[in-house]
Amino acid sequence: MGIQVQEIPINPEIVQDENLLYCKPDTLTPKPFHYCPGCGHSTVHKILMEVVAEMGIQEEIIGVAPVGCSVFAYDYMDVDMQEAAHGRACAVATGIKRMMPDKFVFTYQGDGDLAAIGTAETIHAANRGENILVVFINNAVYGMTSGQMAPTTLPGMVSTTSPFGRDVHTMGYPIKVSELLATLPAVAYVTRQSVHTPGNVRKTKKALQKALEYQKQGLGFCLVEIVSNCPSNWKMTPLESNKFIDDKMIPYYPLGDVKVPEVK
Amino acid sequence: MGELKLMKGNEALAEAMIRVGCDGYFGYPITPQSEVIEYLSREATPRTGMVILQAESEVASINMIYGAAGAGRRVATTSSSPGISLMQEGLSYIAGAELPCLVVNVVRGGPGLGTIQPSQSDYFQATKGGGHGDYHLIVLAPYNVQEMVDFVKLGFELAEKYRNPVMILADGAMGQMMEKVVLFDQQPRKTEFPEWATTGKPKDKPHRVVTSLFIEPEVMEQVNLRLQAKYREIEQKEVMFQTIDTEDADYIFTGFGLGARIAMKAMEIARSKGIKVGLIRPITVYPFPYSIYKEIAPKIKGILDIELNAGQMIEDVRLAVEGKVPVEFFGRMGGMIPDPESVVEHFEKVFLGGK
Amino acid sequence: MTEEAIFAGFGGQGILSMGMILAYAGMIEGKEVCWMPSYGPEMRGGTANAITIISDKLISSPIISRFDSVVALNQPSVDKFEHKIKEGGVLIYDASNILKPPTRKDIQIYGVQGSETAIKLKNVRVLNMVILGSFIAARKTVDPKAIYKALESVLPERYHHLLPLNQKAFEEGMALIN
Repeated sequence: MGIQVQEIPINPEIVQDENLLYCKPDTLTPKPFHYCPGCGHSTVHKILMEVVAEMGIQEEIIGVAPVGCSVFAYDYMDVDMQEAAHGRACAVATGIKRMMPDKFVFTYQGDGDLAAIGTAETIHAANRGENILVVFINNAVYGMTSGQMAPTTLPGMVSTTSPFGRDVHTMGYPIKVSELLATLPAVAYVTRQSVHTPGNVRKTKKALQKALEYQKQGLGFCLVEIVSNCPSNWKMTPLESNKFIDDKMIPYYPLGDVKVPEVK
Repeated sequence: MGELKLMKGNEALAEAMIRVGCDGYFGYPITPQSEVIEYLSREATPRTGMVILQAESEVASINMIYGAAGAGRRVATTSSSPGISLMQEGLSYIAGAELPCLVVNVVRGGPGLGTIQPSQSDYFQATKGGGHGDYHLIVLAPYNVQEMVDFVKLGFELAEKYRNPVMILADGAMGQMMEKVVLFDQQPRKTEFPEWATTGKPKDKPHRVVTSLFIEPEVMEQVNLRLQAKYREIEQKEVMFQTIDTEDADYIFTGFGLGARIAMKAMEIARSKGIKVGLIRPITVYPFPYSIYKEIAPKIKGILDIELNAGQMIEDVRLAVEGKVPVEFFGRMGGMIPDPESVVEHFEKVFLGGK
Repeated sequence: MTEEAIFAGFGGQGILSMGMILAYAGMIEGKEVCWMPSYGPEMRGGTANAITIISDKLISSPIISRFDSVVALNQPSVDKFEHKIKEGGVLIYDASNILKPPTRKDIQIYGVQGSETAIKLKNVRVLNMVILGSFIAARKTVDPKAIYKALESVLPERYHHLLPLNQKAFEEGMALIN
């Protein structure tokens, strides 16, 4: 979509198999990410597709893209995908999974998509225990439309529609989606992770893998919430945004497993 | 000949969904069509393995349809007017992503919560688009219980032929009444799915994407041009209508669905009085049978259009006759049903200068 | 032959099934049939009705405003439908239930002791079959044999032990018309 794949000059002496330390998984298309520097989406796209590649399920998985910054997720993720209307990803995923219970199905949604306009679809898919993975990117702001207040915007946090800071008395409190959904009996696995340090990236990847394993076992609805950076709309450098995650986001949205499947 | 039964419209419709080999139904109860999901919940899964799911809302059910149709499956939903309004967002996306599916509107009187009694006041919404963007549903208007069955089969055939959502535009009476129906035999469910369906990326082939998003305007215009070409083709090939006693007619009564049934009775009354009345009944209301009205206009003295609304299809009838013949209207609204005697009385008043 | 009938009364009196049994019987005889119930909240204890049309020809409107025959099992139904009967048509009402009987002179009126007959049979729920018997005796729309066969289709199998009682009620109803 307008972005051209750039030719990178290659030095044949360096490009040797024995020198290969890192490469994109085959489950990502060659198209460079359009995401801003420091944005969490690129990292999550990559680790999610790495998990798909490592599990060998590229031909067995169908993804649902949201409306939000990751609306073009299907340009990068080289798996069959559907683009859902804003907020309806969990309903679309329900339709897919019910038709093909043997395939893996995931949605990839932001906070506005999942926790504002799509709250009903999310809660009911979770309550039915739809055997799907929901990847939930929580960056406390509407990214695509440039920085409006999200249902997860922190108290006092400035956005373009809360220019004097989120006043919880008139705008409500940020919704803790993970804790909310974990109360539902049909929900199998809920965890909150982040991708702002290499260690956290590894933990998030592990969580995604676990969730897909649980799906394979038919355990039900899995939610991986990822507290993610949005330096552009937070008006910060990527480094400052990492500090914001540590200082502000994680205290409100503590990391770790919220609900794990019972071991039988 | 298939099996003969006496069935309620809603139940006949549900039975036809099972027999046509539907893979899934996603819906939300609403009067006057809740019998559909009740019947399917009882009957479908044990017989064919068809998936039946009661969604949390019509917004959800139409998006489940999107997902399931995007997986190449034969899927259907049903609702009544307020629920169909909620589905308009999803229908626009389905039309944009060119997904085949069947949607049934058992229309009740509006606007708003309105009434649960039969109405045809969703004609504009059904035939002119309904949601945002330039698109059309193919719209079939059954006038008896038999067509509630037949149009399920026809609907899926058209939907799959054109990769386009099809709507059956019925009404509360069609849903609630019982008539004789001949049921077609059970068809097997599909085991092969279209190339474009997202069933898991095929090895060594590009991944499939179901989307209505084409953000570059140049691309989006091309998508629109392709859609419009498809609609022109549908308008060329798929128009269906019925005429009765038009050969010697001085006047034409017209209407769709229940309106046509009432018009038929009114025609009998008029004929018994020696007035030569014929009938035109559009079966597809999109594509609309403009040509039959245009063709007949010079041969007749007037058209009376009968609808259960404030006059919606009449705009298409008037477009069709290009002013060559007067087109008058008789209708009732809000769930009230025009009675055939009043239709004839009104006809005599406006065309014969009577009473 | 075309019979345009309406069955009307309180919800719970078996009004809708009366029409449905007649429609089934018509179908068994190879006729065109259409049964159109009133529906909605009015069904819950209020008045209910079912237009039932049986014909040799294709049936046009399922909803009509003038009838060949009316069966009225409560006062509101008599009041509502008496004047909607075509000249020479028939009105059958449950005489045990009606305080203000119909008065038209240009139609045939039968006030039958429906409820009393049903009580005699020790099951008030067969009132509808009693009245349907009277209806068939008066109108001869279908053969009684078709009604018995239709009963088997309409009555769920778990109630089939009640078939003889229903048939008896129907016969008693026929006998009420001379």
